[in-house]
Amino acid sequence: MRALVIDDSRTMRRIVAGTLEGLGFETLQAEHGRDALDQLEAGAEVDLACIDWNMPVMDGLEFVTAVRANPAWRAITLMMVTTEAEHSQIVRALAAGAHEYLIKPFTPDAIRDKLDLLGLVPVEELA
Amino acid sequence: MSISPESFAFVADLVRRRSAIQLTPGKEYLVESRLLPLARAAGLDLDAYVVRLRTQGAAADQAAVIEAMTTNETSWFRDGAPYAALRGTELPRLVAARGGTGRLRVWSAACSTGQEPYSIAMSLLDDLPATMTSEIVATDLSEQVLERARSGRYSQLEVNRGMPAAMLVRHMARAGTEWELSAAVRHLVSFRAHNLLDAPPAGPFDIVFLRNVLIYFDLPTKRAILERVLRVLRPDGVLLLGAAESTLGVHEGFERVTVERSSVYRPLAARGLRAPTVPSPRPAGLAHASVPPTVPPSPSSLPVPAAHALSRGAAR
Repeated sequence: MRALVIDDSRTMRRIVAGTLEGLGFETLQAEHGRDALDQLEAGAEVDLACIDWNMPVMDGLEFVTAVRANPAWRAITLMMVTTEAEHSQIVRALAAGAHEYLIKPFTPDAIRDKLDLLGLVPVEELA
Repeated sequence: MSISPESFAFVADLVRRRSAIQLTPGKEYLVESRLLPLARAAGLDLDAYVVRLRTQGAAADQAAVIEAMTTNETSWFRDGAPYAALRGTELPRLVAARGGTGRLRVWSAACSTGQEPYSIAMSLLDDLPATMTSEIVATDLSEQVLERARSGRYSQLEVNRGMPAAMLVRHMARAGTEWELSAAVRHLVSFRAHNLLDAPPAGPFDIVFLRNVLIYFDLPTKRAILERVLRVLRPDGVLLLGAAESTLGVHEGFERVTVERSSVYRPLAARGLRAPTVPSPRPAGLAHASVPPTVPPSPSSLPVPAAHALSRGAAR
């Protein structure tokens, strides 16, 4: 399984990527939505994208909308990972096409719980 | 800080007598991690705290130790698969068997801080036909966790643990820094203190959740608990256990059925196959621990991608 971690904070990218790698994922990283789209357009294949909301150049919601507009990326699971915690924002993200929503701060167990919900826990983790 | 063998033996004996939970050698770390906060609060080291417990034996201190040792981690829709079984197979089967009318009753045993019964309540609200009503009786040994459960409010960190986003927005609202369950969810659940070794809540129940509880007990105690469950479970009802638990080799009154990548247990029709009732080894306090997985909101009410994700989850 391969995940794309999109966050303008290098520290947060490391935390999320480190947790995913601990669960058996390979990870790619992007600094904002446009950077992530460039990688996908260049042929990067990922199963999961973990997406911050507030980023320069292209924010998380715009990225989700752009991915959902391209049928070639339909199989990518999209999970917002953000400090935005209002009920209305979660509704907006889901309506735009995000599959899940994790609010910062979170524990590594919370990421695993969400992946479990999404059916994305790597096989070796289920043993 | 390491606990002395004498202190561990005392605590293990106290917990066994009060809750029937077995703390076997090797569980010293558990006692240390659970009791250290109590000892610190009393301004003592661990062994001095246990000495005080032994010599003064205050009921409040003993109750605090039992609480600390029996309260366990919990999360929403814990493990996912049992909720997929409930919603994919068992609820539709029971709704059909009742002709789509009447009242469905659920017992969530050892419900801890409430995530399990509330996860069940959300599932029932989303899945049951409008012609049916439902009720969830949620029990736990610990008054402390029941008080938390009754509040219906959870921190952001707690909500992050397993709550599907689509369920969150449908059944919870922000309340300051916390999240609060909707009145509709809360009204389905009633909480009460109960020791699993005592007579069960008044049945009959259509569904019993007894998840991640039996693992704490010895064989005679497990059998006694399952006998009590069988007594209040409808003949066509269903029992859901934790992933590491089974009735096999414990009680012959259940049939294991594999549904939705999970095992559920239904009462065997032939009552004669039931194991004989076993007297309680030593009641008094049984506690805690259970909880939920992750589950699927009603796909019809979700944006397409969310429904897609949930169906993937359920298909695991």
